[in-house]
Amino acid sequence: MTIKLAATLSVALGALMGLSAEAKTLRWSSPTDITTLDPYAHTESFTTSMLHHVFDPLVRRGRTLELEPALAVSWKNVKPDTWRFELRRNVKFHNGNPFTADDVVASFARLLDPGARARGNIANVLRAEKVDDFTVDIVTKGPYPLLLNDLAGVYILDKEWMEANGALKPGNIATGVTTAASTTAIGTGPFKVESYKPDSGTNFVVNPDWWDKPQHNLTRIEFKPVKSDATRVAALLSGELDLIAPAPLQDLARIGNAPGFKVIEEPSLRLIMLSLNFRPELKAMPGQKNPLLDPKVRQAMWHAIDMETIKKRVMRDKSRNTGTLVAPPVPGYAKENDTVLAYDGAKAKALLAEAGYPNGFKVKLNCPNDRYINDEQTCVALAAMWTRAGIQADLQTESRATYFPRQDRGEFDVSMVGWATLPPMDGFSVLSALLTAQKDGYGGSNSSTYENARIEALTRQAASELDEPKRRAMLVEALKVAHDDVAYIPLHQQPLAWAARDNIDVPQFPDEYVRLWFATVK
Amino acid sequence: MFKVLLSRLGQAALVMLVVSAVSFVMFRYVGDPVATMARENASIAEKEELRQSLGLDQSIVTQYGRFLKRTLSGDLGISYRNQRPVTQLIAERLPATMELVIVATFLSLALGIPLGVLCALRPNGATARLVQAISLIGISTPTFVTGIVLILVFAVTLGWLPSFGRGQVVDLGWWSTGFLTWSGIKSLILPGITLALYQLTLIMRLVRSEMIDVLSTDYIRFARARGLPTRYIHFHLALRNALMPVITVTGLQIGSLIAFAIVTETVFQWPGMGLLFIQAVSFVDIPVMAAYLLFVGLLFVIINTIVDVLYAVVDPRLRARSA
Repeated sequence: MTIKLAATLSVALGALMGLSAEAKTLRWSSPTDITTLDPYAHTESFTTSMLHHVFDPLVRRGRTLELEPALAVSWKNVKPDTWRFELRRNVKFHNGNPFTADDVVASFARLLDPGARARGNIANVLRAEKVDDFTVDIVTKGPYPLLLNDLAGVYILDKEWMEANGALKPGNIATGVTTAASTTAIGTGPFKVESYKPDSGTNFVVNPDWWDKPQHNLTRIEFKPVKSDATRVAALLSGELDLIAPAPLQDLARIGNAPGFKVIEEPSLRLIMLSLNFRPELKAMPGQKNPLLDPKVRQAMWHAIDMETIKKRVMRDKSRNTGTLVAPPVPGYAKENDTVLAYDGAKAKALLAEAGYPNGFKVKLNCPNDRYINDEQTCVALAAMWTRAGIQADLQTESRATYFPRQDRGEFDVSMVGWATLPPMDGFSVLSALLTAQKDGYGGSNSSTYENARIEALTRQAASELDEPKRRAMLVEALKVAHDDVAYIPLHQQPLAWAARDNIDVPQFPDEYVRLWFATVK
Repeated sequence: MFKVLLSRLGQAALVMLVVSAVSFVMFRYVGDPVATMARENASIAEKEELRQSLGLDQSIVTQYGRFLKRTLSGDLGISYRNQRPVTQLIAERLPATMELVIVATFLSLALGIPLGVLCALRPNGATARLVQAISLIGISTPTFVTGIVLILVFAVTLGWLPSFGRGQVVDLGWWSTGFLTWSGIKSLILPGITLALYQLTLIMRLVRSEMIDVLSTDYIRFARARGLPTRYIHFHLALRNALMPVITVTGLQIGSLIAFAIVTETVFQWPGMGLLFIQAVSFVDIPVMAAYLLFVGLLFVIINTIVDVLYAVVDPRLRARSA
């Protein structure tokens, strides 16, 4: 009996091992979960990155984040405001339906519906029109150079499936309508959703009929969100996970030293900067002239910050200090703009004295404590450095849930901002959201009321400039003005750190997307 | 009797109304859902439009009135975060929390009662002192520390038990259970112990003090004088009488275990209602928060009402007084 059992067991084991030689499963975890399977019902970049495994856009980001053909094979401007896309043939959705121009038109109609939460992602698109079964025209509001960047985030859904499941229109909280698309995802992408259980896990299986040649060797992805950092690290070390993204900074050394595990790091696109109050008065000194209106004071504040110390002590040498408002891979970045005003306490004091504040002044510093990497510690260090230079910074930190609404209402003097230029991944995003005044749809996050005539003009020109070199030159010039004028004080580029088992090979991208269609398991 | 029941129900309804009102006022201070829902690049107009479509531009009184009307008609609304009906979200998470609470309650009774008896019978013995000392640690260590330590020992170092999640679950209709698979049962052990620890020490100490009291009463002394077997005296006569308050406390504690499983669920990524609530708080998902607080309020009201009614059934004096 025992022998028989042992024999059966060894056969079973053999079968299992035989199976594992072919079946490559990747189990991974992140602190957040997929919000919804409906790509048009959310605005979170994490969910967008997860759904990219299931859906394809017309154009996508490749290995070096360049835009490349996906469901569209080629495109051209037929008119300044009309782009013609030729679609890929012989592509099938996961349910077997063929992909045609009708799917593209229906998807755009759904995303442009007033109920679609993500419709702001294509705010410059008017409509999609079918030319023939494999040709589509996309009409923009005037000439719009960033259309392809926007399209990289627009996933195409199956029209027939949407019709059959009453999902042609997106769900709407206000009217209480929910759709089957929240819990079912039928795309054309490299993986199919096998099961979706919020907070427990989402399983994907490979799509053998994917139109592209796979660069991965996975047959299955098991995604299990784990909110607690300590638990996530423990689960990696105990062998229950193959990859965690992100890995907490304080645990990187420990994971790197553990045999069989490695840490993968890269600077992310997200830049951390300080927003300055440009209103007539500071909240900290009501009734007096706002000292921040003087460029010398702003320069003094920058000179008073010792970024090297923050990098070493707070960011554990993982961040990259920056002097400009966009990260190097982003269009609009220029090396000559990326100069940090060096730490110089004496110069800071001299500038303050020149500006008429020899004894400094009082200012409020507000920071979130759960949004950016080590945000609170960074601000504690900043407050101490400014105090040394004679500027009394009154620090207050709070949760993101209350911090951002207050920032939007302009309740702060100096406050922390993080900007990753996502999803378009273009310097125009910084100009149009942070550096322009709040009018005509510009300045959506510019609650500091910063305004500069040259930047206003350059931003509006760049918005409709289709000639790429000219457009980039405009971005670079505008960002130079912002740098020289100290519109914001740039601090550092956030680090991006993942941890994985040694047998996992997965490329990292500065936009923090996890793209497992490039992952291999040895 | 009927009168008692009626007045109890009236009070229960009033409590629920107060709970809903207080929680609604609190939502004003947890943050602005629009800031977490809108795109990072969103323009001011876009955010304003979203605010209006959610009805958040209305006065707090109007919003509360609308919420009450909707809730009374049985509609708990739609989650801001994942745009699914809140009732559905809670129904999905209920089994996970309930099973965890069942395991924790079982553990705390199965270990707490014998240990309490042990401490009562030999209050000066070495074992009793050791158990007492350990129970002090149990009652004073925060749940998240206990959880992480258990994970490090049993998942990372020994590799015996999983560090997070529910393992394989089996769906029985709408109820998903982890009791029917080996990995499901293994997953229940660590979070079960973590959640049970406080409860366990509480029950142990309660049993101990009740037992000591009962053991010094006249009828026990009389039973001893009659020469009844010690086992019979301890377990049949003394323990039974000592257990009365334990039953009441356990009943009431089940309510708080469900409500306060939040920390344990976060540490172990247990997909229950506590985790749902924590995520709702960080996203300012008002419909989910409101539904959760109402649910917990209702739970306490029901348990307390049952206990009160039972008291009235048991004790005729209470009935006479309220009548």
